[in-house]
Amino acid sequence: MATEERSLSGQQEVYGYIHSTESFGAVDGPGIRFVVFVQGCRMRCQYCHNPDTWKTRVGTKRTATDILNEALPYRSFWGQKGGITLSGGEILLQPEFALDLFRKAKKLGIHTCLDTSGNPFTREEPFFSTFKALMDVTDLLLVDIKEIDPDKHRKLTGFTNENILDMCAYLSEIDKPVWIRHVLVPERTDNDEDLKHLDQFIRTLKNVRRVEILPYHTMGVAKYQELGIRYRLEGIEPPTAERVANAERLLHCADYPDYAG
Amino acid sequence: MALTQTVDTKSDLFWKGFQSGSWQTEIDVRDFIFHNFKPYDGNESFLTGPTAATTALNNKLMSLKLKEREEGGVLDADTKVVSTITSHKPGYLDKDLEKIVGLQTDKPLKKALMPFGGIRMAQEALEAHGLKLDPEIEHIFTEYHKTHNQGVFDVYDKEMRKCRHYKIITGLPDAYGRGRLIGDFPRIALYGIDRLIEAKKEDFENIGDGEMSNDVIQLREEVSDQIRALKDIKKMAASYGYDISKPAKNTQEAIQWLYFGYLASIKQQNGAAMSIGRVDAFLDIYIERDLKNGTLTEQAAQELIDQFTMKLRMVEFIRTPEYDSLFSGNPIWATLSIGGMAMDGRHMVTKTSYRFLNTLADMGPSPEPNITLLWTDKLPKAFRRYATQVSIDSSTIQYENDELMRTQWGTDYYAIACCVSAQPVADGMQFFGARANLAKAVLYAINGGVDEIGKAQVGPAYEPITSEYIDYDEFMKKLDPMMDWLADQYVNSLNIIHYMHDKYYYESAQMALKNTHLNRTFATGISGFSVAVDSIAAIKYGHVRIVRDENGLAVDYKADHDYPKYGNNDDRADDIAVWLIKTFYKKMARHHLYRGAKLSTSVLTITSNVVYGKNTGSTPDGREQGKPFAPGANPYYGAETNGALASLLSVAKIPYKYATDGISNTFAVTPSTLGADSETRKDTLVHMIDGYMEKNGHHLNINVFKRETLIDAQQHPEKYPTLTIRVSGYCVYFADLTKEQQDDVISRTFHSRM
Repeated sequence: MATEERSLSGQQEVYGYIHSTESFGAVDGPGIRFVVFVQGCRMRCQYCHNPDTWKTRVGTKRTATDILNEALPYRSFWGQKGGITLSGGEILLQPEFALDLFRKAKKLGIHTCLDTSGNPFTREEPFFSTFKALMDVTDLLLVDIKEIDPDKHRKLTGFTNENILDMCAYLSEIDKPVWIRHVLVPERTDNDEDLKHLDQFIRTLKNVRRVEILPYHTMGVAKYQELGIRYRLEGIEPPTAERVANAERLLHCADYPDYAG
Repeated sequence: MALTQTVDTKSDLFWKGFQSGSWQTEIDVRDFIFHNFKPYDGNESFLTGPTAATTALNNKLMSLKLKEREEGGVLDADTKVVSTITSHKPGYLDKDLEKIVGLQTDKPLKKALMPFGGIRMAQEALEAHGLKLDPEIEHIFTEYHKTHNQGVFDVYDKEMRKCRHYKIITGLPDAYGRGRLIGDFPRIALYGIDRLIEAKKEDFENIGDGEMSNDVIQLREEVSDQIRALKDIKKMAASYGYDISKPAKNTQEAIQWLYFGYLASIKQQNGAAMSIGRVDAFLDIYIERDLKNGTLTEQAAQELIDQFTMKLRMVEFIRTPEYDSLFSGNPIWATLSIGGMAMDGRHMVTKTSYRFLNTLADMGPSPEPNITLLWTDKLPKAFRRYATQVSIDSSTIQYENDELMRTQWGTDYYAIACCVSAQPVADGMQFFGARANLAKAVLYAINGGVDEIGKAQVGPAYEPITSEYIDYDEFMKKLDPMMDWLADQYVNSLNIIHYMHDKYYYESAQMALKNTHLNRTFATGISGFSVAVDSIAAIKYGHVRIVRDENGLAVDYKADHDYPKYGNNDDRADDIAVWLIKTFYKKMARHHLYRGAKLSTSVLTITSNVVYGKNTGSTPDGREQGKPFAPGANPYYGAETNGALASLLSVAKIPYKYATDGISNTFAVTPSTLGADSETRKDTLVHMIDGYMEKNGHHLNINVFKRETLIDAQQHPEKYPTLTIRVSGYCVYFADLTKEQQDDVISRTFHSRM
């Protein structure tokens, strides 16, 4: 008791760099969710529709308590399944903030979901201990696997994917529920061979509840113009319904327990 | 015990198999429903498609409707025959195929001539469509028979006329039927006309204690008119070959009998809203009995519900262009209320609740009837999911908070009159009319009662604000008496209107199907709500500078900095919204109200938000002169920056008990925002509605489509003849909106996520 009090009073407030919040998220995990978009990401995915969240160390500095106070009034909309999703930007660049927020959320019985690219993941310290603690208070992860082929992944995002796949393996080891997502971009990430490899990889994991294909869309293009960043997918159209269905077939989306069809 | 007794099957041809109750000894449809309805917890799998006859009739109707649209809204109209309950010989869409019969006139979609509300309005409506009123009729209604309109204008004072002219009060029902009454139409089916006449005669004997005061005289005359109407309804039904003097024996008769009651109402009244009420549980009892007897199949039951609903889709009135600009797309609010809970905690979803929703699949989307789900999270999950699927497919349903309304009105036998207002069916009625423009009231407070567009002194010549920047305290001191003045003008105008409507255009058919002694509400309305709230917030928090014209009149406003806006779940702005509704309510409620009515108010605008905005100058919230208001209680376009649920929470804060006439919220969302797949989308909507109502939100219109669809529909109307959307409190074919209104709908906030 006494230590807890000491640690509470002695603890420094953890701040997160926040891009924005959204009261109504229905595509960010199960149910209706309050979504917190944090600021900052190192990856430079060609199709990213939130380039305005790339820069680190900018955005609004907010505490977990502040965020929770904003989220709680929406609880009546969450039902059994909904809750809070941390998204980005890349939330694992601010793991202490995520940990603080989800700890406080779990105390209130709120379902917590982490939407990550896995790019900051490493089994080295100090990150790994924080990550493990974070997993104790995370109910579900949405993990983007942008490409299974490491070279293509580097071309697409600027980084290789070894540590991302390692994170997937770790989450499987601790049996933490995940939804795997793959953004389908014609000419970039829509190749039958790669999709088959991706499928093979996902099948080695025992914790996957859902596999989702997210069709690429062009609605983020305007942001690139605003920010004066060159858009590298100029001329690429969203995938056809047939290609989306093909990818869903190759990744066996319908075989996973949380598949909703 | 009496409650579990079954009506003696030998002695009763009509009530055989029903559970008994006090409904047998007195007129009480609610008691009958309560003792006999059977809640259904299952899903939609039992539903059947349309019969060939229904499809043939529907195709015929659709081609007539499209032809009518091509011809500018009128195929044919009476110019000579004045519409009454018995004025027309029977009319049919296709006599051989129709299971439920009865048209407003002698031909489908032929508009009736209804001059009792106002002869000039009838004349102008005909002329707008290239038709000419018979001079004899004009003569009669000018020289010999006074109209409601004439009565009202005989009494209006100068100030009221000014308020009307400068549009601070708009949509006063002073030239047509006020509408908004729901007849307890099932009474005819359950009791037959003769029994109803008997009951009214008994009531007549008991009006007053012998002293002939104005009130007693008025009510005695009205009940005599009601008895006459009941006899006329019987006569009208007989012309279609039905004897409705006795109760209905089966489902087909039950639907036909109650429809004759409704038909009489729309033959007599061209009310702005002519609602059908709440008949799902009632009709389900008849259907269940017939299914059990083996005299009806599911297919046949659906056919009857489809064809009844088709009749409600056919109701039309001829209106003037001015009226159409307020209420676009020919709405008549044949509002049909479905679901809800009984007072004892059972839900009232029956298979017939499903059958009514299934009409949208069987016959395609349609604006009428205005389908309203009386919602609580206690309705079965299967039904809630089915309803939201219908919303996703057709955007034709509105959702209203049953918990809130049942508690407020103290009965489970209420229904929605007009767009969103609850009304006890047996013993409630409302005097409704118009909307007061609160955004304009804000401008009058600044300009000392001078109208910012007409540049005339309309309100009282109080001291205007003369400083460069608006001081919040000074402004609030000026707003208060300006709202007093507006409340006075508005309530007094309505007092005149309802006095004259009772006198010259009394709704004897609908009133005949209600209790003789009624609880009356005096239903007022507010427009420009979010604009007024944001303007006050701007003045309080944004340091607003006035831009003046050459005469010193404030005509534009600039806020120096950002300020909290209504629609973001920010108490600083939302508290102003709550304050505004309470304050204006109290200012109106302290008045004498016609016939001892109780004040209620609404925050709903139909499509009139466009016209109101057009007639209102630039406002301190930064809205430019002439730009539309947000509809109903919606936050202003672009003011919502915290997402859809933040917007819902702001609106849910408006206390229903101060706005029992309804708080309308119209919500547009793209399908993909609701979730990645169809199952998730249904669940998302269910949780959204549940959450809104848990927070005491009153009403929600839900539209599910993409903005691109609307833009395409505007450019290629021929591709979307039946694209249906919900606007504040009703449903309309997108193609029937004016270009301006279409633009307004397109520019509204669409909740979408990338």
